Amino acid sequence: MSEIVYKSTLLDRDAIRRAVKRIAHEIVERNGGVDGLVVVGIRRRGVPLAERIAQYIEQIEGRAIPVGALDITLYRDDFQVVTKQPHVGKTEIKEDITDKIVILVDDVLYTGRTIRAALDELIDFGRPKRIQLAVLIDRGHREFPIKADYVGKNVPTSETELVEVHLDEIDETDEVLLAEKQP
Amino acid sequence: MMLKLANLTHTSYIIDNVVVVDPVRNTSYPGHVAIVEGRIDAVERGRAKEASLPIYDGGGLHLAPGFIDIHVHLREPGHEYKETVASGTLAAVAGGFTAVACMPNTNPAIDDPSVVEFILKQAKIAGRARVYPIAAATKGRKGEILSEYHELVAAGAVAVTDDGSPVASAEMARRVMEYAAPLGIPFIEHCEDMAASGEGVMHEGFYSTKLGLKGIPAHSEEVCLARDLLILKSVRGARFHAAHMSTCGSVALIRRAKEDGLPVTAETAPHYLCLEDKDLVTYDTNKKINPPLRGEEDREAMIEALKDGTIDCVASDHAPHAAHEKQVEFNAAPNGSVGLETMFPLLVKHLVKPGHMTLPQALALITNKPAQCLGIPGGTLARGVPADLVLFDPNEEWTVRADALHSKSRNSAFIGHAVTGRVKHTLVDGVSVLPAKVGV
Amino acid sequence: MNTRKHLLGLEGMSAEEITRLLDTAESFKEVSERPVKKVPALRGMTIANLFFEPSTRTRISFELAEKRLSADSVNFTVGGSSVSKGETLRDTAENIQAMKVDMIVIRHSAAGAPHFLAGLLEASVVNAGDGAHEHPTQGLLDMFTLRERWGNFDERKVVIVGDVAHSRVARSNIHGLVAMGVEVVVCGPPTLIPMNIERLGVGVESDLRKALDGADAVNVLRIQKERQAAGLFPSIDEYARVWGVSADALKHAKPDCVVMHPGPMNRGIEIAQDVADGERSVILDQVTNGVAVRMAVLYLCSGGAAIESEEEQTTTEAKTTKGKQVA
Repeated sequence: MSEIVYKSTLLDRDAIRRAVKRIAHEIVERNGGVDGLVVVGIRRRGVPLAERIAQYIEQIEGRAIPVGALDITLYRDDFQVVTKQPHVGKTEIKEDITDKIVILVDDVLYTGRTIRAALDELIDFGRPKRIQLAVLIDRGHREFPIKADYVGKNVPTSETELVEVHLDEIDETDEVLLAEKQP
Repeated sequence: MMLKLANLTHTSYIIDNVVVVDPVRNTSYPGHVAIVEGRIDAVERGRAKEASLPIYDGGGLHLAPGFIDIHVHLREPGHEYKETVASGTLAAVAGGFTAVACMPNTNPAIDDPSVVEFILKQAKIAGRARVYPIAAATKGRKGEILSEYHELVAAGAVAVTDDGSPVASAEMARRVMEYAAPLGIPFIEHCEDMAASGEGVMHEGFYSTKLGLKGIPAHSEEVCLARDLLILKSVRGARFHAAHMSTCGSVALIRRAKEDGLPVTAETAPHYLCLEDKDLVTYDTNKKINPPLRGEEDREAMIEALKDGTIDCVASDHAPHAAHEKQVEFNAAPNGSVGLETMFPLLVKHLVKPGHMTLPQALALITNKPAQCLGIPGGTLARGVPADLVLFDPNEEWTVRADALHSKSRNSAFIGHAVTGRVKHTLVDGVSVLPAKVGV
Repeated sequence: MNTRKHLLGLEGMSAEEITRLLDTAESFKEVSERPVKKVPALRGMTIANLFFEPSTRTRISFELAEKRLSADSVNFTVGGSSVSKGETLRDTAENIQAMKVDMIVIRHSAAGAPHFLAGLLEASVVNAGDGAHEHPTQGLLDMFTLRERWGNFDERKVVIVGDVAHSRVARSNIHGLVAMGVEVVVCGPPTLIPMNIERLGVGVESDLRKALDGADAVNVLRIQKERQAAGLFPSIDEYARVWGVSADALKHAKPDCVVMHPGPMNRGIEIAQDVADGERSVILDQVTNGVAVRMAVLYLCSGGAAIESEEEQTTTEAKTTKGKQVA
C-alpha cells in the first residue's frame, strides 16, 4: 500500500460543532419546523453525525426526532469488482418513512456512489415525501448527478488526496484531516 | 567398446557393469551376468573379462530377478475397457514385473479350462510378461459348486480363489481346501465377512465417523481369516494363502498360525504400507480399495509383519477401473487401484529408505517369496533359469503421474505421490520387453 | 482475515470465522424484517440448487435466501446418484459449468459429493447436506438460534440425542459447537453412536437422563424408520420410551433448556408432542434463522470471498492520524 501523508486539518473540534449546528438550523429553517422529519445516517460515520444533528434540532425546537442508521453494503455497485466481501452492518430504520422528510447524513460526499446506494436502499423501506442530503464535507469529483442540500464545508481536493473524518463516537477524537497518498 | 542395452538384439550376451541384487542370498555386489540362449549362464562379481559373447553396458544400474506379482486383475475376458492381458502385461513390464498371476473375477470367470487357455494365448500374443492364471475356486465364483481343479491345473492354472469376494460358507471353504490339497495348489482367500462389511466403503474408525462414510470393521477381515485358519487345521495337505492382509488383528492370527506350524502364507499390498484411512479426507475415489485403507497401527503392524516374515510377500492387487467408473460419488465408486507400475518404487521409498529392510530383502518380497507362495518358477538368479531380469536405478526420485501410466486405466491411489527407484530395462527370456518410451 | 470460496463443512472452522458468519447473519436477519425483503447484493449471479436427494425445507430456505439477495436461481432436483442415470458426477458437474453458473448449492445422499464438485468447478460450492457427513448451514443456524437466546456460548452444555451415526446435522453441530468451546454430549442407542466419536471432542452417554443433566440445550435428531428395519434398534416404541425427549426427561436439564430439532419431526417418537410445541422449543426460530444464515453464507462465498471483522470504509482503508503517518 502506498504511504499516506498528513497535509492539514480541515476542521477541528470547534469547527465541526459549529458546522453541524449550522446544518441543524438550516434543516429546521428549510423545512419550516420538524414535522415529519427523520434523520438517517449512513454507516459508519454518518450515524453519529445524524445523532448530533438530531440533538441540535431537539435543542432548537424542543422536540425529539427519530434517527435511523443505514448500511449500504448490500446496495453497492462495485460488488462484481471487489474480490472480497466487506463487512455487512445492520440497517436500523424503525420509523415508517413513507410521506416523511428524510434527512440522509454522511460524513464526506465524493463520487456520489454511496448516496446512490443509500437512496436505493431507502426507497425499499417506503416512499418518503422528500429526501434531503446533509454532509460534513463536500470534496467534489462527483460521478453521479447528486448534490448535497446541507454542507458543513466545501473542500476542493485532488483525486490523490484523502479526506479523513474522525468522530468521538468512533475514533475518540473530533477532527477532519486532509491527507495525500504518496505514489 | 560395450553395446547399449537399449539396442539389445542378441539372445546370448553379457550384461556388464551392474550391481547384482540377489534377493535369495540377501546380497548385492558389483558384477556382470552372462546369458546364453535366453537363460542365465553365470552371475559373477567384478567386470566381464573374456569377450566370447557380445558385451552390453549395464551403465551401473542395479540388476535383479524380474519381479513377480501374484495378485493382479487383468480384466480379460469381459472387462476389456478397463484392462486387457496386453495392456496389463505392458504395465507389468513397465513396473519391472516379468510374471503376474491374474485373478478369476472376469466375465466369464476363470472357472473353465478354455478361459485359462484363452488368457495364456493372449499373453503369448502380447509377448510381454509371463501370466499365471488363478482359477475360480467355485463355478462362477458363486460359492456353490467346486470348479474342475484338475482340468484347470492341466490347462495352466496355478491356484484357486474366488477373489473379489470370499468363499462365503465355512462348509464350502473346507471343500475347496480338501479338493485342492492333492493337486498341491494353494487356496487363496479374499478374507471378508460380507455381513460385517455391509454397505461399508472405508475402514471403520475415527475417520469414517468424521467423514460420514459407512465403515468396514477390521473384524470383517479377521473373522473370515480366523475361520479359514481353523478349517485349515483339520484339512490334511491343504495350502492356504491369505490375500491382501490389511489389519493388525490379521497379522496376529497369521503369526499364531505359523507358530502352530500351519501351511499358511500371506500377502499384503503396497497401499497398506504407505496409506491410511486418514488419506481419504479428500474423498479421493482412487483410494477407495477393498480391504479399505486402515488405521495407523494397522499400517505399522503390516511393516513389522513383513520384517519378521509373518507376511510373506507383497502383491499389488492391481485393480484397473475406467475413469468414468471412478469419477462418481465415493459410495458409488468401485474398489481398487492400479498398482503394477508403482509397487517397486513404493517399496524402495517406504521400506528401504526408512531403513526397515535392505534392498535385497525388499526385493525378495516381490521376487522369490511370492513365487514360493504360489509354487511358480522365477524370482532367482540361479544358473539355467530363464533370464527374466530387471535393471533399475534405486535412487531416482520421481512423482507418479496418471498420464505416464501404461495401464489402460489410470486409477492410481498414488497419483502425486513421490517415490524412489525407477525401472530402466525389463527382460523376459533374455529379450527386452520394455518399449523404448517406458521409463522416460 | 479468512478467505472462503466454498462452504463444505464446519470442520476446521475457527471460532473467529464462525462468529463473523453469525454476526453477518444477524445483519441479514434484519433484511428479512423489512417491507421489501430483498437487497441487490447478488444481482446478476446465477445459483444452481442441485438436489440429488429430496428436501423441501432446506431447498426452500436456500431459494428464499437467494431471492432475497437478488440472485437468479435454478433448481435441479435429481433422484438418486448420477450413476443411476448412467452419468458420472463429473458429467453433471461439467454440464453445470457449461451453463456458467456462479454458485452451486448441493444436497446429496453421498458423503463427499460437494468436495468432488468443488475440486472440479470454478463455481463456489455450498454444501446443503452430504450423506452422513455435514450439513454446515444447519449447524450454523442451530448455533445462531442458540446465540440469539444466550448472547454467547460461554459455559454452555448441548446434548445431541438420536441417530448420531447417520446424522450430518450432528457432525456439523459438533464441529461448530466444540470450536466455540461448548460442552457437547451425544446420546442415543450404542448401535447409532459411531466409532471413536469422542475424538471429535464430545462426551458419549447412552442414558438420556444422565446426558441431559445440567444441559442448556438439547438438539433432537430425526430417527429414520429404516434404521429399525436395518436392525440397529429393536422397535420405534422402545426407542421412544428410552431416547424420546419428553417433559419428564427434560426435568434433568436446566429449567431454561432450549429444545431444537432440525425437522421434519416424528412427533411422539424422538420428541414428545408437548415438548415440540412447548415454550422451550425454538424449532420455528430455527426455520426463520435458516434463511438469514444461508443469506450470509451465500453472500460471503460469492465474491471469491472474505469475511472481515474490522470496519471497512467505502472511501479509505488506511487511517491517518495527525502528525503521524500510518500506511
